[in-house]
Amino acid sequence: MSSAQFVQYLISGITSGSIYALVGLGFTIIYAVTKIINFAQGEFVMLGGLVSFTLIYRAGIPLVPALFLSILIAAAVGAAMYLLAIRPPKKASVVSLIIITIGVAIFVRGIAGQVLTKEFISLPYFSSEQPIPFLGAHIDTQALWIIGTMVVVTIILHLFLTYTMVGKALKACAINPVASSLVGINPKTMALIAFVLAAAIGGIGGVVFAPLTFMSYQGGIMLGLKGFVAAAIGGFKSPLAAVFGGLLLGIVETFVVAANWGPFTSDYKDAIALVVLLFILLVRSGRLAEEERAG
Amino acid sequence: MRNYLKYAVVLVLVIALLALGGIGCSTKEEGGATPTPAATPYKVGALFASSGFNSTLGQTQKPTVEMMVDQINKAGGINGHPLDVIIYDTKSDTATATTLANKLIEEGVVAIIGPTSTGESMAVKTITAQANVALVSCAAGSVIVEPAGNNTWTFTTPQLDYVAIDRIYMYLQEQNITKIALLTDTAGFGAAGRKWLVNQTMLSKYGLTIVPDGDQTYGTSDVDMQAQLTKISGTAAQAIVCWGTNPGPAIVARNMRTLGMTIPLFCSHGIAFKSFIDTAGTAANGVIFCAGKLPIVDQLPDTDPQKALLEKYKTDFEARYGEGTANTFGGHAYDALMMVVDALKAVGPDKAKIRDYIENNIVNWPGTGGVYNMSPLNHNGLPSDAKQAMILVKIVDSKWTWLQD
Repeated sequence: MSSAQFVQYLISGITSGSIYALVGLGFTIIYAVTKIINFAQGEFVMLGGLVSFTLIYRAGIPLVPALFLSILIAAAVGAAMYLLAIRPPKKASVVSLIIITIGVAIFVRGIAGQVLTKEFISLPYFSSEQPIPFLGAHIDTQALWIIGTMVVVTIILHLFLTYTMVGKALKACAINPVASSLVGINPKTMALIAFVLAAAIGGIGGVVFAPLTFMSYQGGIMLGLKGFVAAAIGGFKSPLAAVFGGLLLGIVETFVVAANWGPFTSDYKDAIALVVLLFILLVRSGRLAEEERAG
Repeated sequence: MRNYLKYAVVLVLVIALLALGGIGCSTKEEGGATPTPAATPYKVGALFASSGFNSTLGQTQKPTVEMMVDQINKAGGINGHPLDVIIYDTKSDTATATTLANKLIEEGVVAIIGPTSTGESMAVKTITAQANVALVSCAAGSVIVEPAGNNTWTFTTPQLDYVAIDRIYMYLQEQNITKIALLTDTAGFGAAGRKWLVNQTMLSKYGLTIVPDGDQTYGTSDVDMQAQLTKISGTAAQAIVCWGTNPGPAIVARNMRTLGMTIPLFCSHGIAFKSFIDTAGTAANGVIFCAGKLPIVDQLPDTDPQKALLEKYKTDFEARYGEGTANTFGGHAYDALMMVVDALKAVGPDKAKIRDYIENNIVNWPGTGGVYNMSPLNHNGLPSDAKQAMILVKIVDSKWTWLQD
C-alpha cells in the first residue's frame, strides 16, 4: 500500500464514518433521554435525501431552501413519531417502545417509497465537482462538506447541551428523570425535544450525504444499522463517543476492504459492522452488568 | 378534548400525504383497455418487477404492456378478440414470482411474458414448462434458455450476457487494451456476468488478462466503491469492466472521478436507461456500454430494419409517459408480448401451438432488441455474433452516442 493509497483509504473511511457518526448521534440523544433505541433513526437520513430530491426536482424549489425545508420536514416527522406512536401507549415498557420504533421505520419506508420515489436518487454537489488533490490522494468537495457538517453539528450540539437551559434540562433528564421532574423539568417535553433533535440531525445527514452517493427509500436500513453500531461503540453515553464510534467504524470498514484479507473481501463489507458490534458487546457486557448492579 | 386534537393531527397528516402524492406521482396511468364486445378475450399473463430491488429495470415494462394492450384493442384486437394481459408485480422476489406464475396458470393464460430478472425467470420456468405454457422472459442470463433442448417451453428476448461481454472484449482488443480490472455486483446479474468475464477462453480469445488484485466485487447495497477502486488504481489495468445494474455502476463512475482515475469504464446493458446519466451526472461522460439500438435510434440510418419500429415504440411510449422515459428494458417486454401476439394472430389461443409458432415462425423478425431468428436450438433468437447483436454506446456530454467501430 503506497502512502497515497493509505491517505485515500483514510479519507474515504472518515467520510463514510462521518455519516455513521451523524446517525449515531441521533441514537445517543434519544437513548439518553428516553432509554429507547430508535430503530427509525436511519429513516430520517433517508427522508433528508428523498424529500430534498422531491422538493428540488418535482416542486422546483431552489437547492438551499429545499435542503433546509427537508431538514425541517424530517424534524417534523420526528415530532409526529413521538406524539403519535411513542407517547400515546402510556404504560408500555421500553422494549415495547423499541418495537414500536421498528414499526414506525417500516411505515415511513413504505410511505416514502409510495409517495416520494422508488428510484435511486442523487442530489447535485454543493460546490465544485472537481476533486481536490491532497498528499497524492483526492478529496471530493462533497466529502469535505460531509466531514465539516459532522464537526459543526457535533460542536453545536455540545454547546447546546452545555450552555443552554433546554440543553441542560435534557442532560438532567438523561442523568435522573425523577429528580429532574421534581425540579420542574417535564420529561415528556424533553423526550419530544430529543426526538426532534435526533430527526433533524438525521435529516442533515441525508441532505449532505445524498450528493456523494445514492439514496433510495430502502437506504435508511443499512445506515441505521451502521449508526447503531457507532452509538454502541460509544456505549450510548455521550455524543462525542458516538462520533468516535462512527469514525472508527468507517475507517475499519474501508481498511478491511482494502486489505482484502482472508474472508474479508468487499462482499462482506456490511458484515464488518456486525463483527465490530459483536466484539463490542463481548467486551462491554461484563462492564455493563457491573454498572447495572451498581445502578 | 385531547382526543379531538389527536384526530386533527392525523387528519392534517393524511391531507399532507395526499398533497405530497400529487407532487410525487406526476405520471399517473390513465384509462384502461377498451374491450371489443362479443368475442372472448385472449388472456396472456405478465410478471414484472415493478417494485423492489429490480424495479429500476422493471418499471417501464408494465407501462409498455399497458400501452400495447390499449393500442391493439383500439385497433380491433387480435382477429376480433380483445387482448387481456394480466400483469402482476413480483416485487423482485423469486418466491412471489413462482406463486404468481401458478396463479396466472390457474387463471387460464395462454402464455406468460417476463419476469424481469434472471433469478425470477429461473424460478418460474420450471413451473410454466410443467404446465405446458410458453414463457417469454425479459432477462439476459443465458442460463434461462440454454441448453435449448432442455428448455422447450422457455424463450427470452434480451441480448444474452455472454454476447454483451464478447462485444465489449472485442472492442477492448481493437483498442489494443490487454490488461483489465473487473468490478462486479455480487447479486444475480453481476455474479452471472462475472463467471463469463473471468472465463479463460473468453479472455484469451481477445488477448486479455485480468491484472492481479483486479477482480473486485461490491455488494448491492454498497454506497461507496472507493476502496475497491483505490486498489485497482494501484494496478496496471488499462480499463475497468463493471458488471451490474443501478446504482452500482453510477457510484463507480462518480468514485472514479473523485479518485482522478482516467482509464475508461465499460459497463453492461444493465445501465441503458436515462437515470444512469441523471444520477452519475458529469461523471457519466466517457462511460462506454453495450446495448440494443434503442438508445441511439435517432442516429440509425434509415436502411436499418429496426429503425421504424424503434422510433414508433419510443415516440408512442414517450407521448404517453413523458420525454426520455423509454428504455431497452421496456423494449424487452415489447418484444416478448409482440411475439405472443403474432403467435395468437396465426394460431389462436392454443398453448402448444403458440410455443411451436414462436420457436419456428419468429424468423427474420425485427424487434426492439434486434432481428430475431428463433429455432429449436436458439430460444433467444438474436445473432450470437456479438457485432451483429449489439452496438456500443458512449456517453458524451450527458448524451448517448453511437460508438461505431
